[in-house]
Amino acid sequence: MNIIVCVKQVIDPEAPPASFKIDAAKNRAEMHGVPPVIDPYGEYAVEAGLRVKEAGGGKITVISLGVNLLREVVKKPLAMGADELILLDDEAYAGGDSWSNAYSLAMAIKKAGAFDMILCGREASDTNAGQTGPAISEILGLPCITLARKIEVKDSQLRIERVNSSGYDVIESPLPAVVTVSNEIGQPRYPTVKGIMAAKKIEPVIWKPTDIGIEAAGTGANTQRTKLRKLFQPVYEGKCDFAAGDSPEEMAVDLAVKLRQAKVL
Amino acid sequence: MSDYEGVAVYCETKEDKILPIAAEGLGIGRKLADTLGQKLSAVIVGGNISGLAQQIISCGADKVYIVDDLQLKDYQADVYISVLEKVIKQVKPQIIIMGQTDYGRELAPRLAFRLGTAATMDCVDLAIDAESKRLLQTKPVYGGNAQAVFITETDPQVVTIRTKAMEALTPDTSRKGESVTIPADLDASVIKTKTLERVVEEVAGIKIEDAQVVVAGGRGIGSADGFKQLDELAKLLKGAVGASRPPCDNGWIPDMAQVGLTGKIIAPEIYIAVAISGSSQHMSGCSGSKTIIAINRDKEANIFRQARFGVIGDWKKVLPAFTQKLKELMAS
Ligand SMILES: Cc1cc2nc3c(=O)[nH]c(=O)nc-3n(C[C@H](O)[C@H](O)[C@H](O)COP(=O)(O)OP(=O)(O)OC[C@H]3O[C@@H](n4cnc5c(N)ncnc54)[C@H](O)[C@@H]3O)c2cc1C
Ligand SMILES: Nc1ncnc2c1ncn2[C@@H]1O[C@H](COP(=O)(O)O)[C@@H](O)[C@H]1O
Repeated sequence: MNIIVCVKQVIDPEAPPASFKIDAAKNRAEMHGVPPVIDPYGEYAVEAGLRVKEAGGGKITVISLGVNLLREVVKKPLAMGADELILLDDEAYAGGDSWSNAYSLAMAIKKAGAFDMILCGREASDTNAGQTGPAISEILGLPCITLARKIEVKDSQLRIERVNSSGYDVIESPLPAVVTVSNEIGQPRYPTVKGIMAAKKIEPVIWKPTDIGIEAAGTGANTQRTKLRKLFQPVYEGKCDFAAGDSPEEMAVDLAVKLRQAKVL
Repeated sequence: MSDYEGVAVYCETKEDKILPIAAEGLGIGRKLADTLGQKLSAVIVGGNISGLAQQIISCGADKVYIVDDLQLKDYQADVYISVLEKVIKQVKPQIIIMGQTDYGRELAPRLAFRLGTAATMDCVDLAIDAESKRLLQTKPVYGGNAQAVFITETDPQVVTIRTKAMEALTPDTSRKGESVTIPADLDASVIKTKTLERVVEEVAGIKIEDAQVVVAGGRGIGSADGFKQLDELAKLLKGAVGASRPPCDNGWIPDMAQVGLTGKIIAPEIYIAVAISGSSQHMSGCSGSKTIIAINRDKEANIFRQARFGVIGDWKKVLPAFTQKLKELMAS
């Protein structure tokens, strides 16, 4: 089983909201003083891939597209147990939209050789789009199953539980297929010391656009169908009315009284 | 720019009704169509759904395209996408509005890419740019820490809208409109994936999406046992229990209780957040609540930036006393 997992480097979504800033000149967001991480849902996708590999054997190739990707960040999936790492790291990839990025990822996947399953996160923590997996499936003409919480492979058929708001759907699909992974799949494992050592020895493969058969002008900002007009931070006028008292119990009573007086409850 | 014209809303249906989010789509769609001076159409796909046309017209549509076939009774991704592709190629709307629902999340991007265009997901505001007449699509990014305004440069401009972000019109049953039937002409060769079964996980009591009061717990609750105390307060207030993501991931409460960007988006009258830090991803799911009340031992917790009432303290001490006092006050 050849499994491809797409993983992105992002600013840390778990950093305190207070460290989140927008660089208005560049129309770009940053987390002040907090290093980048791999996208949490990409990590769930890696976990899903590792489980499939454990159940039936196989190889996991991680692909990441970005500019100036930090090795210590993008190597995390290797430390978790993935086998190979391909980086689409070049200025030409900068500024792409969901379609541009998915197109380059799809071309890289084709170049990487035979594959059975492509895993993506359900949505990246920066774009909150959830479009890359579906886009890759449309570009490569593959079946697509989104929001997986369980993945089983039997007789080269996929059986997937897909999360929905009142339970789940059981979906069957032939391979190869694209699957997007939700957090219900289960917590991503921590890298082991052995894994970290193994990851150190793996050299990532780096592909420029021409390596995957596209002109530099055929990716990144040049191919945007969606343009960012403006990026801004919503403001909340904080006017929290704090309960008073010398002990938690007194404050609790004060809160109850306040809510009654304000006719909230 | 192209020969695409008008606004179309894909109306998802359930049993014999259109979903509330479809009515919200028609509400904003009507506004956009009026601004552009163009028509608002609606598309419905399903089995035995033709009877919904008048309901859709009364919610604002000028024209309803109906694909009614018993084989379309249940949602199957590949079939629905190919049906929608066909309808859109025939209708050629400039803007397509869908709901950010379980199925809209996958339908919209796949449909858009298949049509050679792009989608913007989970929009909270839509407007027409006065100059270019293109659709200004506002959507939360970075988990809600920021909002982005996007413009799609290709047609049709496909968007999904967030639940409860836009307003439905008051249905006007005297509104007149036209309905057009489009044959399904299903082609079995498009079917790759198949939904074998739909498992409904029953929740006891009121669903959080219907509740007027939601008592939600976070990582700080610490255990399934802790959630029982939240349950007691929820019962007293005839509400439901919700959670941030960690309690669901830890199995303290079913996944369906998750509130937030990747969980449920709710807007109850009262949202009581207990031991929840208030990450932007969580707030995405509850910031529409009328009154937010927070209990947290960290006075710097982000939740207090959006809460109307707060207690700084250990929930294990605050909650029992609060529940007790409320009981007394409500009895008197
Ligand atoms: C793309 C993406 C989507 C996501 N979607 C969601 C989503 O839909 N919903 C969601 O909730 N999260 C979501 N998350 C996760 C989110 O980023 C946060 O990790 C999560 O919301 C944190 O949950 P929490 O507030 O319960 O935990 P924490 O942030 O750990 O906060 C726990 C809080 O409890 C308080 N506390 C601890 N003990 C006590 C005590 N005894 N008494 C009082 N207070 C106490 C602490 O002070 C702290 O503020 C998403 C993340 C990503 C990247
Ligand atoms: N630049 C990228 N490189 C590799 N994988 C990506 C990239 N962008 C998105 N993905 C994958 O697609 C998922 C969804 O991203 P998005 O469509 O942006 O919400 C992520 O969780 C990743 O698995």
